Amino acid sequence: MIYFDNAATTAVTPAVRDAMLPYFTEYFGNPSSIFYSLGAEARKGMEEARATVAEILGCSPREIFFTASGSEADNWAIRGAALKSGKKHIITSAIEHHAVIHTCEFLEKQGWRVTYLPVDADGLVSPADLEAAICDDTALVSIMYANNEIGTIQPIRELCEIAHKKGVLFHTDAVQAVGTVPVNVADLCVDMLSLSAHKFHGPKGIGALYIKKGVRIERLIHGGAQERGMRAGTENTAYIAGLAKALSDATEKMEEKSEYVRKLRDKLTAGVLAAVPHARLNGHAEKRLPGNANFSFRFIEGEGLLLHLALAGFAVSSGSACASASLDPSHVLLAIGLPHEIAHGSLRVSLSADNTEEEVDAFLAVLPPIVERLRQMSPLYEEFLKGEN
Amino acid sequence: MYTEKVMDHFQNPRNVGEIEDANAVGTVGNAKCGDIMKIYMKIDENQVISDIKFKTFGCGAAIATSSMATELVKGKTVEEALQITNRAVVEALEGLPPEKLHCSVLAEEAIHAAIEDYCKRTGLSFEGCKKCDGCCGSCHGHEEE
Repeated sequence: MIYFDNAATTAVTPAVRDAMLPYFTEYFGNPSSIFYSLGAEARKGMEEARATVAEILGCSPREIFFTASGSEADNWAIRGAALKSGKKHIITSAIEHHAVIHTCEFLEKQGWRVTYLPVDADGLVSPADLEAAICDDTALVSIMYANNEIGTIQPIRELCEIAHKKGVLFHTDAVQAVGTVPVNVADLCVDMLSLSAHKFHGPKGIGALYIKKGVRIERLIHGGAQERGMRAGTENTAYIAGLAKALSDATEKMEEKSEYVRKLRDKLTAGVLAAVPHARLNGHAEKRLPGNANFSFRFIEGEGLLLHLALAGFAVSSGSACASASLDPSHVLLAIGLPHEIAHGSLRVSLSADNTEEEVDAFLAVLPPIVERLRQMSPLYEEFLKGEN
Repeated sequence: MYTEKVMDHFQNPRNVGEIEDANAVGTVGNAKCGDIMKIYMKIDENQVISDIKFKTFGCGAAIATSSMATELVKGKTVEEALQITNRAVVEALEGLPPEKLHCSVLAEEAIHAAIEDYCKRTGLSFEGCKKCDGCCGSCHGHEEE
């Protein structure tokens, strides 16, 4: 199987696994039990991990709060800020991850008002739209750093400055960005940022929320004093160690790896667009994650494409409704203005530094005939051809 | 997620194509919902479906149900074909995931739509001819297990 679905999740590296293992065995102690070495070592490992993450993100270790996932970090940031602020308006974008959108929808049911900023055809939020949407009652702006489907990278610093000018908190879901592109919270000036380890070769089930010093949000879990009393529950020491090791490894030679992945991706994109007629690249041409390519193929539906590609040995993903349990195609593809039938025929390829040029060549050899085969059995294609003659 | 039977019909769909001189053509579903099925039939003077072809825009289950439905209908009389339910298609495929059952409903409706077209052309009428209103929601939820 050739793995081209790195935006979904990534493989844990042996080095990350090895960094985790001691916390299941010799350092199994509770990190709150610091008066004997078993617990003290667990605490030490956890605090070292926190310091590593903080250093990479450009903040203080006291500003890093470990969570069980990126989704948890998103939920916490938005609900926590909304509850604490006493204000009743939230601004986000139409293309956020469901962890953000569904949290906002939940708050709407509880009486909050939410503005979902539109995006342009490339998936970019307009700073002017954000400025116009902010009012005295705005508690929080939450705009994702990079989109999980189409890879578009937002002008986070610019958007954040607009929010700050009006005294509004800014959160960014950086789950797709951290570990892939350089992310520094001080440079971005954001108040909160979510990340998730399994997107950068760390384990699943561990993430973090950066909360800038002085930013007040409601605690997530009531209980003990863990995570400075903000998220109670005995810390997941092994996974925290894994997150830090993975982030540290991902940051090493990041520019080099990123350049390598970008070149592979560009080759794949050019190859697909040259070989498949009636195909388009979704997302911004340059302002996008280095490993992300997202295509729409007219006249076909994405799930059939995924199945054929899986049978040919490729793991990829789609924004098609049929690939999920819902009836609607991806909200992201609809938000960038694609009609339903074109949004149904989408394909996301997400590469990592583990992928090779040979794999891209192999993909370029199998994809065009699969698309053609599905088109040959599509009544939409038949209609299109008849219209042409 | 799919049975071997479904995967077989998805990978090697039977009766794909068009029939130039079809005397019954039915299209159901719409692109907005992500499923369109078009069925062509050649019905002879004894009202036997002597040939059938399909074209489908849709997921793996939609392609497999189209393929299986055409297999079940081929060689049957119009009246027999109208007795074939979506459940029969699902059973022949050895099951479908619950969220894909609507594809089988669409297949049943595509057969009915083609036969309705045949009725229009010939002035004949048959018992139990159902219509698809082309609405996304309508196929979902009814006649599902």
